[in-house]
Amino acid sequence: MELTRRDAVAALAAVGATGGVAVAARRSSDGDGRDDAEGTVGEGDPDGEGDAIPDEATVRAAMTAIATVVYPSEVDGVEEFVDGFLDGRLDGSARATELRAAVGDLDEAAHSWYDAPVAELSEADRDGLLREVGADTADENPDGTLAERVRYHVVNELLLALYASPTGGELVGLENPQGHPGGTESYRRGPR
Amino acid sequence: MSAGDANRDVDRSPVANANVCVVGAGPAGALVADRLAADHDVVVLDAGPRFDPADRLARQERAIRPSSDRPDVWDVGGERDAHANSGEWFYPLNHARVKGVGGSTLHWQGMVMRLHEDDFNSETERGVGPDWPIDYADLRPYYAEAEKELGVAGASDNPYAPPREEPHPMPAFEPSYSDSLFAEACEELGIDMHSVPNARNSEAYDDRSACVGYGTCQPVCPAGAKYDATVHVDRAEERGATVIDRAPVQRLEHDADRVTAAVYATPDGEEHRQTADAFVVACGGVETPRLLLLSESDRYPDGLANSSGTVGKFFMDHLFAGVGGTLDEPTRQNHVGFYTSACDQFYDEADESVGPFKLEFFNYAGPSPVEQALTGDDWGDDLLARLRDGYGTHVAMGGLVEQLPRADSYVGLDPDRTDDRGNPVPEIHWNVGDRALRTIERANEVQRAVLEALGAEIEWVAGPDATGPAYHHMGTTRMSADPDAGVVDADCRTHDLDNCWIASSSVFPTSGAMNPTLTIAALALRVADDVRERL
Ligand SMILES: Cc1cc2nc3c(=O)[nH]c(=O)nc-3n(C[C@H](O)[C@H](O)[C@H](O)COP(=O)(O)OP(=O)(O)OC[C@H]3O[C@@H](n4cnc5c(N)ncnc54)[C@H](O)[C@@H]3O)c2cc1C
Ligand code: SF4
Repeated sequence: MELTRRDAVAALAAVGATGGVAVAARRSSDGDGRDDAEGTVGEGDPDGEGDAIPDEATVRAAMTAIATVVYPSEVDGVEEFVDGFLDGRLDGSARATELRAAVGDLDEAAHSWYDAPVAELSEADRDGLLREVGADTADENPDGTLAERVRYHVVNELLLALYASPTGGELVGLENPQGHPGGTESYRRGPR
Repeated sequence: MSAGDANRDVDRSPVANANVCVVGAGPAGALVADRLAADHDVVVLDAGPRFDPADRLARQERAIRPSSDRPDVWDVGGERDAHANSGEWFYPLNHARVKGVGGSTLHWQGMVMRLHEDDFNSETERGVGPDWPIDYADLRPYYAEAEKELGVAGASDNPYAPPREEPHPMPAFEPSYSDSLFAEACEELGIDMHSVPNARNSEAYDDRSACVGYGTCQPVCPAGAKYDATVHVDRAEERGATVIDRAPVQRLEHDADRVTAAVYATPDGEEHRQTADAFVVACGGVETPRLLLLSESDRYPDGLANSSGTVGKFFMDHLFAGVGGTLDEPTRQNHVGFYTSACDQFYDEADESVGPFKLEFFNYAGPSPVEQALTGDDWGDDLLARLRDGYGTHVAMGGLVEQLPRADSYVGLDPDRTDDRGNPVPEIHWNVGDRALRTIERANEVQRAVLEALGAEIEWVAGPDATGPAYHHMGTTRMSADPDAGVVDADCRTHDLDNCWIASSSVFPTSGAMNPTLTIAALALRVADDVRERL
């Protein structure tokens, strides 16, 4: 299935450009403590890593490289889609900076373990890298550990873009997925 | 940027010579303010912030992302919203409300039914609970007005609905594909399906867009197609009302028979006094009794307006009953976030031992693929296989049942814990009683029969052991003609204080099984009329 720039625009329409409300995982602490969760807000650089914020080209290349791993093999047009999506998301907001920092840290890990940036790794190594940093089992957290931040800003960012877009939804059989303003016809239609 | 920091320079000083002070900017307070603003000086105080409409997509992302809990979507929680639970039944209060301009309708689902005629006469007709001091006929014209104000899409195809004089302001949403599957099963069983009124635009209404199918109605509609009370707050302001956000009222100052001022706090740590000729308390079913209890004085040592001793008592919510499963064919769920068909056929069979209940046919059974995609340790082809496996064949029915008012179900003050301003937090002591549990069982029976007729494999049942609240807070300042038996009279004016009204489901003597907000809106419009008449 072909992803297009229009899908990227649709994905952005679903989740918006980043700006807006702070995304820090704000946890409610209810009266009886049952809703309490760890939710420690990092001091900007929780791991002591990520000193260097990579340039935009590096971020785009790394995100596209990761997308080819986390997206199913039957989608084409990944680069164009990711590029289009990042056009909206890399908007200079604090959150975009956090995204770039997470990619920078992942790239750093790639350099130290594989001697090459993410974008130059084989698909198997990219997959291995994500698992070695722990992004497969981590719960997403925009300002948590490296694993949690990679899960939030890289893996889930890309999965959200795909599966909130009509083409991504259609892969599952749902052409108007949650988050996509796909109108009020599709819920009435039967299976095709 | 958090919503609160956006308007640090806002003037939050009191309004001189105000006629009406409304406490709370949810639908109840907003409707009262809007009605009175053109002819009176109205000031509205709300505990929470004004949320920037531009942030709604980001809030939607919070709703989808697993790192945010539901209360996070509208910044609920923390010391401001601390509370205690002491009843037999746990009550997740911060999932059940929003503080800020628009109130809990920012998060709500937007289903808006009228109560049935018998709901106003429970003791007479069903042998349990008190009768209301007003009837359906008293509220009927206000229901029609409320439907226009909120913008309700509905149809007159429901033979079990109470009588109405005119069509809904917008046509009902068409039934879903899964409704058509249910229809066959229901027909076989002699069960009637009909449309359901939605406070959601089936076409453009009142300068607001038609529904565009984001599918995240609860907890946020980025399109503004779902009604929320910012509609009436904005309009009240256009008509001259002053709305002060982040201004939690700490107590109501009073003499023997009048409220004299609402004392509110502001973010800078100051306290201010808002005086007015009339006060309308519209803080929702938990904070309304809390504010009255916090306003105790030598004259009213048990809390303001509490000569009857019923402030905070008789806390009720509706309980959820549901059954879900899968078919061996596609069911096309999760395109939109609301339901389009219901069944009120069994509602008026209610008696002493089984309460009224209503049934809903879901359009959002089973997991949402995008939410599923963000959890789990797989990606790529494995993830897609899991999503395909999880999506596609789910069906479910839900329903709400009535809970009776009970002396052992109440909202009080926790003496041991205080909020961010040093006030005792609300203590929720929730008990539901056996009749509600029997009603859930009865609803499950019907739901199970429908799913079986549909050929579904049943996978879950929300029965008496797995039920939960619908987030409708009722009963805590009940209405009664007798000053010894209730907090407000039939006009929703407190028995104790001549210039104080309560606009909230807290005045409901019994709850019925219909979502409360249309009734709250109708009562609020009626309160506005009464305030105007007496000013
Ligand atoms: C998830 C969810 C789904 C729902 N779905 C439905 C539905 O489908 N249909 C339906 O009918 N109802 C539904 N409801 C319930 C509905 O939202 C409420 O009935 C309705 O919002 C109540 O209106 P209100 O104005 O009385 O109170 P609220 O909307 O709760 O507003 C009260 C306001 O008062 C303010 N306040 C509180 N204390 C103070 C104080 N001391 N000083 C100043 N301000 C104060 C609060 O900040 C808040 O803004 C739902 C609720 C939730 C949470
Ligand atoms: S489906 Fe719900 S969230 Fe989406 S536009 Fe309609 S009302 Fe709003």
